[in-house]
Parts: sequence; C-alpha cells; structure tokens
Amino acid sequence: MQIPYEVTARPDTGLYNAKLGIWLFLASEVMLFGGLFSAYIFLRLGAEDGYWPHGLLNVPVGAGNTIILIGSSVTVVLAWASLKMRKFMQYKIWMGISILCGIAFLVVKLAYEWPQKFEHFGAFIKKDALSKYEGYLGNAHLKEKGLDPRVEVSGHLHEVEINVDSAQKDKLDAFLEANDLTMSPEAEGAKLLVVEHKSEEGKPREGMSPGVAEDLEAVPGVKVIAFRLGLDPVNAEPMNPESDKPHFWYKNPTDIPGRVEREDVESYSAFVPKHSPYFAVYFTITGLHGLHVLAGVLIMIYFWLPIAGGSNMFKRNPEHLANRVEVVGLFWHFVDLVWIFVFPIFYLL
Amino acid sequence: MSTAATLTHEHDAHDDHHHNPGFWQKWVFSTDHKMIGIQYGTTGLVFLFFGFCLMMIMRWQLAHPGAPVPVIGSLLQSIFGSSAFAADAHGVRGVLTPDGYNSFGAMHGTIMVFFGIVPVAFAAFGNFVVPLQIGAPDMTFPRINMASFWCFFISCIFMVASFFVDGGAAKSGWTSYPPLSGISDAGHIFLNGQTLWGSGMVFNITASLLGSVNFIATIIQLRAPGMTWMRLPFFVWAQFVTAFLLVLAFPPLEAAAVMQLMDRAFHTSFFMPTGLVVAGHITHWSGGGSPILWQHLFWFLAHPEVYVLILPGIGMVAEIIANNTRKPLYGYKAMVGAIFVLGFLSFIVWAHHMYMTGMGARVAGFFQTTTIIISIPSVILVTALLLSLWGGSIRFTVPMLFATAFLPMFGIGGLTGIPLAFNAVDLYLHDTYYIIGHFHYVVAPGTIFAIFAGVYYWYPKATGRMLNDTLGRIHFFLSLIFINCIFFPMFLQGMAGVHRRWYDGGASYPQLITPVIHWNNFMSVAAFLLGLAQLPFIFNFCWSLFAGRKVPNDNPWDATTLEWDTPTPPPHGNFIKEIRVHRGPYEYSVPGAVKDFTPQSEAPEVDRPPGAASATPVVAHAH
Repeated sequence: MQIPYEVTARPDTGLYNAKLGIWLFLASEVMLFGGLFSAYIFLRLGAEDGYWPHGLLNVPVGAGNTIILIGSSVTVVLAWASLKMRKFMQYKIWMGISILCGIAFLVVKLAYEWPQKFEHFGAFIKKDALSKYEGYLGNAHLKEKGLDPRVEVSGHLHEVEINVDSAQKDKLDAFLEANDLTMSPEAEGAKLLVVEHKSEEGKPREGMSPGVAEDLEAVPGVKVIAFRLGLDPVNAEPMNPESDKPHFWYKNPTDIPGRVEREDVESYSAFVPKHSPYFAVYFTITGLHGLHVLAGVLIMIYFWLPIAGGSNMFKRNPEHLANRVEVVGLFWHFVDLVWIFVFPIFYLL
Repeated sequence: MSTAATLTHEHDAHDDHHHNPGFWQKWVFSTDHKMIGIQYGTTGLVFLFFGFCLMMIMRWQLAHPGAPVPVIGSLLQSIFGSSAFAADAHGVRGVLTPDGYNSFGAMHGTIMVFFGIVPVAFAAFGNFVVPLQIGAPDMTFPRINMASFWCFFISCIFMVASFFVDGGAAKSGWTSYPPLSGISDAGHIFLNGQTLWGSGMVFNITASLLGSVNFIATIIQLRAPGMTWMRLPFFVWAQFVTAFLLVLAFPPLEAAAVMQLMDRAFHTSFFMPTGLVVAGHITHWSGGGSPILWQHLFWFLAHPEVYVLILPGIGMVAEIIANNTRKPLYGYKAMVGAIFVLGFLSFIVWAHHMYMTGMGARVAGFFQTTTIIISIPSVILVTALLLSLWGGSIRFTVPMLFATAFLPMFGIGGLTGIPLAFNAVDLYLHDTYYIIGHFHYVVAPGTIFAIFAGVYYWYPKATGRMLNDTLGRIHFFLSLIFINCIFFPMFLQGMAGVHRRWYDGGASYPQLITPVIHWNNFMSVAAFLLGLAQLPFIFNFCWSLFAGRKVPNDNPWDATTLEWDTPTPPPHGNFIKEIRVHRGPYEYSVPGAVKDFTPQSEAPEVDRPPGAASATPVVAHAH
C-alpha cells in the first residue's frame, strides 16, 4: 500500500505531502515562538523603570552567530540545488558545511555565551537603599540626563563577608572544604570572616560562583554580611558618559572592588533564568531556539550519513532525497528566521 | 523513468513489511489509521470514565459535605493517599479533603477536555473515518500518526502518575492560574502534581500538533479522484477546521506551560508578581512577572479549544441526520461557510474569559462584540441541522436518537452562553454554577451525545457487528433524563450566587444558598443514576464485539459516503477497488433513482435513451 504524492506533486495543489506538512508545522512553530515573543513584549512593557537591563549580551559574538546561521541557510539551499542537479559530492560538501555551521552556533552559545552569564553576579539594591550606593549607581547623573535609574550592582563575586555562630562552625568548615573555599583567620576580637576561593600556586585567584554564595547563606549558623565584587565597568565608573548607553564591544568585569551589604540587597543571583524576567525570557527563548538548532543539525546529519534513509537514498531515489533535504531546509530557514528576531530584540534593543 | 522503477522497488519492500506484521506491529505499534483511531478511542473512553468517577466523588462531597464516601471510602483513601482523603471525627476513613476536592476538580476538567473529548471526538473518530470518507488508503504520514498516539499515551501516564505522588494531583484548577500554580505542590522538584500536570500538557499538546498537521495534509492531498471540496462529507469539513484550530491555537499554551514549568523548577518570574507574600512570608522570587500574561496565553488556546470540543460532534451529527432523514443536508454551503467563519472568529474572543481582570471598557467592548458575532455561525449550523429534519423520512435509529437530542441540548448550552458574552452580566455570573451549567450543556449532552451517536453509527463498520438496539435505547433515554437533571439546576444555583469551586457545596454561605441548596442532593443522585445508565452501554460495547448481530452487508445504514464502500472491517489500504467520486455526499431520495440513496462512488448512468424517465442526474446540486 503506497501513500500517493509522497515524492511526486499532486497536480491541483502542486505539492508533495511532506512539503505541505512542514509548512503546517512551521505555522505552529510561528505560534509557539510568537507566544514567547508576546511574553517578552508583555513583561518588558510591564517592567518598572530601571528593572529591564540593557547591554548585558555580547553583541559582536551574537552578530557572528547570526552570520554563521544565515550562511548555513544559504549552504543548505545549495545542498538542495546540488541534489536537484544530481551532483552528489557537491551535495555532501554543502550539507557538511551547513551541519558544521549549526554545530558552531551551538558551541558558541553553550560553551561561551551561557557559561559566561552563569559566572556573573548581580544584586538588586532595595529601593530605600539606592542612595547609599550612589557611588556605584550614579542615579543623580542619570536623572539629570533623563535616563532610567540603575538598580543593580553587578560584576564578579570575589569574596563574601560572614558571621558564624561558633556552635555550628563545623558545618561551615565542612561546606568550605566541599566547595574549595578558604576563610580568613579570625582576627583578634573581630567577628568578620571573609570567604573566598582557594588560590593555586602562581595562578590568580578565581572568583566565587554566585550559586555557591546562595548555598553558603543556607548553611546553618551562617549570616552573610556583605558581598565583595570586582565591579562591572558601568558600576565602576557610573558617571562616565560612556556608561550611559550599552557598549557595542563587550566589557568584562573589572578588578575595581565594590562592596554591597546583604541587608541592602532585595535579591541576588547569577545571571541565570531566575535573576529577572529579562533573563528568564532570554534563556527560555534562546534555549528553545537552541533545541530547534540541535534538532535541525541531527536531521541534517541523518541525511548526510551513508545510510538507507540518508545519502544512500541518492542511488535509489534521488528525487525523494532532494525532497527530504528541501523539507529540512525549510525548517532550517525557519530556525534562522527566529534567530533573526532574537538577535535584534535581545542583543540590540 | 527511474522514479517509477525505484517506486516499484520501494513498493515491494514496503508491501512485504506489511503483509507479515507481527503482534506488536499489528496491535501496538501500528501505523494503520484505523488501529490508531481505535487506540485513541479506547484510551479516551477510559479517561472519560475516570473523569466521570472523579466527578461522582466530588458530587458526593457537595451533597454530603464532610461525610465519608460510602462503601468505597476507605479504599479510595488507600489508593489516593492522605492528601486527598482523611478520616472524619469518628475515625471513619474516606472523607474528601478540601485539597482532594480541588485536585479532583482540576483533574476532572483537564482529563475530560484533553484526555477524553479531544482524543475521542477528534483523534479517534477523525483517524478512523476521515481517510475512509475521502477515499484515501491511510493518512499522509502514518508513522507520525503513530508517534502522535504514543506521545499522547506518555502524557496520559504523567497525568495518572500525578495522583500518586506526594501531595496528590494538581489542584490549581484546569486553568492552572498563577501565582497559585507557581507555588502549589512544592516539594520534589519534578515528582509533584502541578509539575507533572504541566509536563503532561506539553506532551499532550505535542501529540495534538503532530496529529492535526496529519489531518490537514491528508484532507488536502489524499482526496480520491473526483472528491472535490464541495463533495466532501460535512464531517470532513468539521475535522479540517478543527485541525486548523489545534495547529494554530495550541502552541501559545505550550509556550506558557514551558514558562510555568520554568517558574516552578528554576524559580523564574514569568508569572510571579513583585512582592508576592504567601502565608505571611515574602517569597524569594525576583518578581516582575505577570499572572495576567498566563491568563492571556491560556485562554488564547482555551477558547478555540471549546470549538475543538464541539465541531467534530456537529460533524458527526450532520452525517447521521442526513442518513436518517433520507435527504441531503439543508444549507451545506452555508454550513461550510459558517464553520470557517466560526474558526476564524474563535481566535479573537478569548478575553471574554477574563472580564474580571479589570480590562478597560474599550478592550471589553471589542471582546463583547466579537463574542456576540461568533454566536451567528453557531446558530447557522444548528439551524441548518434543524431544518434538515423538515420533510425528511425520519428513522429513529439509536444514532438518530442521540443526534436529534443533540440539537436542543446544544441549543440550551449555546443560548445560556449569550448572556455571558456581556461583561456586565458576567461580572455577576463569572465563576458561578451558571458557567458550569452552560459549558457542560454544550459538552455533555452536546458533544458526548454526538460521540455516542458516532459510536452507534460507525461501530458496525469497525467491528462487523451491530450494537444491541434495545440496550441502546435504554442507554439513550436514561442518559437524556439524568443528564438534564444534573445540569439544569446548575443554572438556578449559579444565578443564586453559588460559586463554582466551593468544596462544601455552599454550606458555609447559608444566607445565599438556602433557597437552592437542596438541588445539591438532587444533582448528585442524578449523577449517580447517570453513571448507572452507562452500564448498558459499556456492556453493549464489549458484548457486541463477540456476540452482536452481524452486519447484513457492508452498508447496514444504506449510507452514501465512501466509508461504507469498503469491506467490513476495512483492510489495510481500505479500498479493494479503485475509488472514483462522481457525486455529492448526500444523494438521498434522488428523484428517479432506483434506491433511496446513491453512493458517492457510484458511476453515473450512461447509454440511456434521450428523454427517458429513469435519467439520473450526473451532478447533484448541493442546496
């Protein structure tokens, strides 16, 4: 029993089955990402002044990823055209390049962009304490210029100041041991302790992971007093006019120290989904998009490999293979299109 | 041409694969649309029964608040655990707790809508009947069809499992509104009722998307030669529009479900507002989220969803009315137009579920207008079906009993919806039993009756045996009486102000409730009797598989549509002869024809002398 129009087009519609199927699927995907982008618009419009961050993403890297993806959309069309012209080696080359571009995109995202966020620390300052941190925030200067206030102090977390109840000190010691942390010795009569990462011989000291700071706070008997950061440029030089607008070239956190007291902090975390609705929607959309890139890469690999449903189909039924490549190419173009929305909205706006 | 040769080669390999399917390939992992339809149907019917049982336990609580469930109370407590059931003051086990009531309510709604009605009315009947009615050998994508069923089955496992984890099943309503749905069932990060609900919904929606793409592609691409669009049976049109609603409306809810799962698992604040206080403590969310965002995304699906619930039923009723009046449907073209308009409008009415959120007058005005307008195509559909009865030679077969009863029942449901379109009225009636009465009338004596009609109608084609007629009539009359006894008093209670999610049936609000509280017991008894009335049906369904009267021929109802042109039950590939369509779908009582019906595939007469009285028109005009 053969399903009609699997390979040849139905005369009155001009379509073969899978082509119609993929367009319908893409319609549903438009609604899916549309729902997420609608959430973005809703949340951004509803955000208080100053609570929607800008300039936290690496624009040149994002632009590079955009070029990679657009390039791979072109090469997948060339792969399809090669099949229609029955040029097998050419197909393998163009399809191979498309696959590599897809993998490169994922590597950039998962090995650089995301991890870089997870190591970045941000503390939202309570509204009534904002004036205390004017040195890091520069809100008077921003107000003069009619710009939104800054409400967050961010950078790399270097040290955490704590007090500990001496009766439960053993739990703290166990925690420090387990997480590769050291603590300054208790000075004469001083109650303040400083927790920091262990330093290796000859190597600069690593910063603390923000997640570890949260776990530290949860250790019984521990009370966090303050965070010591290596400030982001915008907090190190808040009055500098260059800090008013997001930079094009991404600037790493400086070594200029900053100190934020725990009782002045509304909430703190790494730049992870729970940090703010901005990062929530950023990670969700780029994560879902990344899953779609991965799916596309896997399917393209399947059509590239010399297996029965893949490139071996060229000998038996090249038109069928061409149709399959056309269908995955349409999917790939959609994935690219979503990124073309993601990039300006998240990286540029 | 190489393509033809390679096609033959593939055909042979494909054939051999199918001529010797093993047990698993034939009965479990089948790609045949008929088997998949039966799989969806049996799973869906089981869930309809399960959802009914949840409701029965709730109705016991409403009629006898605080009393242990009789006979099976202790057993229920052992099965569902202590979050749902507890012992009363005397130590008698089996009292439904408030948490249990809420979880049963939330799951009753979710299960009936997403695991009962849609799988049965859309997926089961659609999968079985649509390829047959268009003259196709199967669906366009048989393997994706199978994948969609197994994805659905996974979602079923999530939902059932959610009853048995710590804390019990989801209890934030079938609507899962945040912030409650963000914070409830806190415990294990994954094995909790609300998270399992959200994960189950993601799989259910994915299954639905895979299925609906298949339906649309099949109806467009695999119509047999001669099956033009306006010769399609109305059931196929209904499934076509329903599939579009599912493809376009479900994904925003999938996005929202993902966001809610992120809120629960990763403590994001998509829907959690700033400064949320729970039980006197400030919560630890970053805030900045919006509960209203969830409502928009949810209702953007859930409104088209209600048309998904009704359209397949209308389609089935249309088929059965044409067949049992022995005349074409009245207003076929108008019905097709109405169903498209209905589908389009269903996307722009959703906020009539949100009148209580404080939207401005302009926005409310927009949605009130579109909601009133959408009643027009609904009325066109029901009126056309009603007018189809006029002048008909009506045979009250069991399918026809259900199909005819559908009309006034759906009418009551639809008419009681009209006042709700106005936000001034809705401000009073929102979240009362009036709403419950309204939507149950449309779905229960509405769609479920249509489903029963479809079962009694197509069972002979699927099994080769007729369902017992007497048992069918008993099933019908008892169901009709008791279902009205349950749902009509809900309008009275709602208008008195009885709220829809009260665990004790209103006993805490005597000043409001006293005039109407006696209906609780009446409705609960009616629910129990309705349950009993299903026993003849369940028995009939199972018993007739082996001992039912065998069909006299392939077309026991003397119907015109293509599914009756196949052997009974249809083999793999469906049709044993080449199918070509020559006429419209409802050529009953054609003047001058020999029989009172002319099948769609019957070739026109040729070689007749000019002016002969027996001339059969080659092309019938749809009215």
